Amino acid sequence: MTATTFDTWVRKRPAWAVIARKEFADHLLSARFIALLVIMGLVALATVYSAAVELRDVAPQATGQPGLFLQLFTVATDTLRLSFLQFIGFLAPILGIAYGFDAVNGERSQGTLPRLVSQPIHRDDVINGKFVAGLGIVGLTVVIVAVMVAGLGIFLLGVVPTGSELVRLVSWSLAAIAYIGVWLAFATFCSVVTRRAATSAMVSIGVWLVLAIFGSMIFELVAGIVSPVNPADPYSELDNLRTQISLSRLSPITLYQEASTVLLSPHVRTVNIVTLEQLDRAIVSRLTFGQSLLLVWPQLVGMVAATVVIFAIAYIRFMRQEVRA
Amino acid sequence: MSANTPLIEARRLVKKYGDKVAVNGIDLTVSAGEVFGLLGPNGAGKTTTILMLLGLTEPTSGTARVGGLDPTRDPLAIKRRVGYMPDAVGFYEDMTARENLRYTAALNEVPEDEVEDRIQNFLEEVGLADAADNPVGTFSRGMRQRLGVADALVKDPKVVILDEPTASIDPQGVAEMLELIRNLAHRDGRAVLLSSHLLHQVQEICDRIAIFVSGKVVAEGTPAELGARLARGQARFEIVADTSSDRLREALGADATVEGADGRWQVTIPSEQSKSLFRRLVDADIPVRGLVDLNADLDEIYRRYFQREEVKA
Repeated sequence: MTATTFDTWVRKRPAWAVIARKEFADHLLSARFIALLVIMGLVALATVYSAAVELRDVAPQATGQPGLFLQLFTVATDTLRLSFLQFIGFLAPILGIAYGFDAVNGERSQGTLPRLVSQPIHRDDVINGKFVAGLGIVGLTVVIVAVMVAGLGIFLLGVVPTGSELVRLVSWSLAAIAYIGVWLAFATFCSVVTRRAATSAMVSIGVWLVLAIFGSMIFELVAGIVSPVNPADPYSELDNLRTQISLSRLSPITLYQEASTVLLSPHVRTVNIVTLEQLDRAIVSRLTFGQSLLLVWPQLVGMVAATVVIFAIAYIRFMRQEVRA
Repeated sequence: MSANTPLIEARRLVKKYGDKVAVNGIDLTVSAGEVFGLLGPNGAGKTTTILMLLGLTEPTSGTARVGGLDPTRDPLAIKRRVGYMPDAVGFYEDMTARENLRYTAALNEVPEDEVEDRIQNFLEEVGLADAADNPVGTFSRGMRQRLGVADALVKDPKVVILDEPTASIDPQGVAEMLELIRNLAHRDGRAVLLSSHLLHQVQEICDRIAIFVSGKVVAEGTPAELGARLARGQARFEIVADTSSDRLREALGADATVEGADGRWQVTIPSEQSKSLFRRLVDADIPVRGLVDLNADLDEIYRRYFQREEVKA
């Protein structure tokens, strides 16, 4: 038995789990966690409360109408203009960024990285453990917010969610975690390639704001170049729109918005352009959860894939770095 | 394991970063119960050598063996057996000293029933038992260095590698640190490899020294050996006397060279004349106020090796 196999044999808890546990505990006790939970909580309460007030007015007519509970999350009221879903879509990246931007360069600037990698662990245990801890704390935050909002909804509307509504809510939580995972992976990548935590935070926040605020503008511009609109040809306009939609799906924000809208609104049956002739004689009906899931499966897989790819790049860069760099 | 078993061996180790040669074919042997010092200015390749021994960076060529294992092939096994304190060691500032050590112990899979006793022992050993439950953020530089030693010891290693253990701590702290390091080797029988650019400290505690200049070991041996080898039949002294260089030359004869000014003179004479030096100065009626033997002084050794390297370059 060589030394290495003997060592793996006696190992009780994998090193990445030891690191993840410590990081998770750090996050849980940090001011960051409290602050972000309060921000997300307030936003969630505000949107759901205002949606509930509006829904209550129409509730008498809507008695017995299915899907009322989920509308809490999808209805954008006149006062706030954004639904819970959209607010989370806009704000959630900050969660991923907050738990990732100083993952590696924070250890470097504290001088703990050389000490950490000189312990009997593989170097990837460090980045894996930190990513798992980040996903864990993000998951915890999302679950707390979702449970709180659902509870408030039950209290305000007096409507108890059905089984399938609960399933949709759970699947939305998973989609939201995958979405935040993309940002967590990106922030982790930034923390690997930049020396200072401040730089890494600026880069990730910058990318987030540009995508969130100017994203649609940029995609419109690029689509105009790729498939220009010819005023004489209505089909060129259609092509232009299709290009715009395809391009915008490069952004995780779009993927999340589409996935969460479909998962929480059973009546939405497509995320693409619908022409009038396609709607002709269509029967208004609700999709089953399976059908909704099928509709946005590509979006969900896309978000998970983006997380994996970005994390893999961060991982490779980290493995190739000199300890002292 | 006998006291002379080599625990660290390096043969023709080379590390290149692109075109730049950081370490250029060094040989080292460190045995149990011995303090070995890597001495050299910053950027001479000391830390790179240490990282290669730990398997944290791969040598471009050459071999290293630590406890008989190859760091490139068995980095985990090596890191399990070697305690390492990096240069400018850092800790998690919000965690207490004890919590920081617990984390290291968990990563090293120290058996649960031993962890607390071991941590307490080593904290006492480095004199931090009273501050053990304070956050490291409140620690001074010297306390961090001492905690660094405790951290390296938590896995109870046969080999301890300390990178600049005395850099930037106060004189009192240095004395305590040196005592601590000496105990690790001489009392506990561990092999200790340390790097430093501070001559006097290295001279004080190291059994053997390797002088590093731009990636090469230019000399290796005990402090006394290094002095003798350099001298090549010549001995150097510093004479403090209110006199002129001409009178000194006259008194010491044609073989002597005299340098210096303002009553401080460095003289080089053939070694066999060393014993009669003082008598001859007195006979020539030179008012000697002081006489210093420069031959076993590391400062002097260091200076001369650098001069030689610069001439070559």
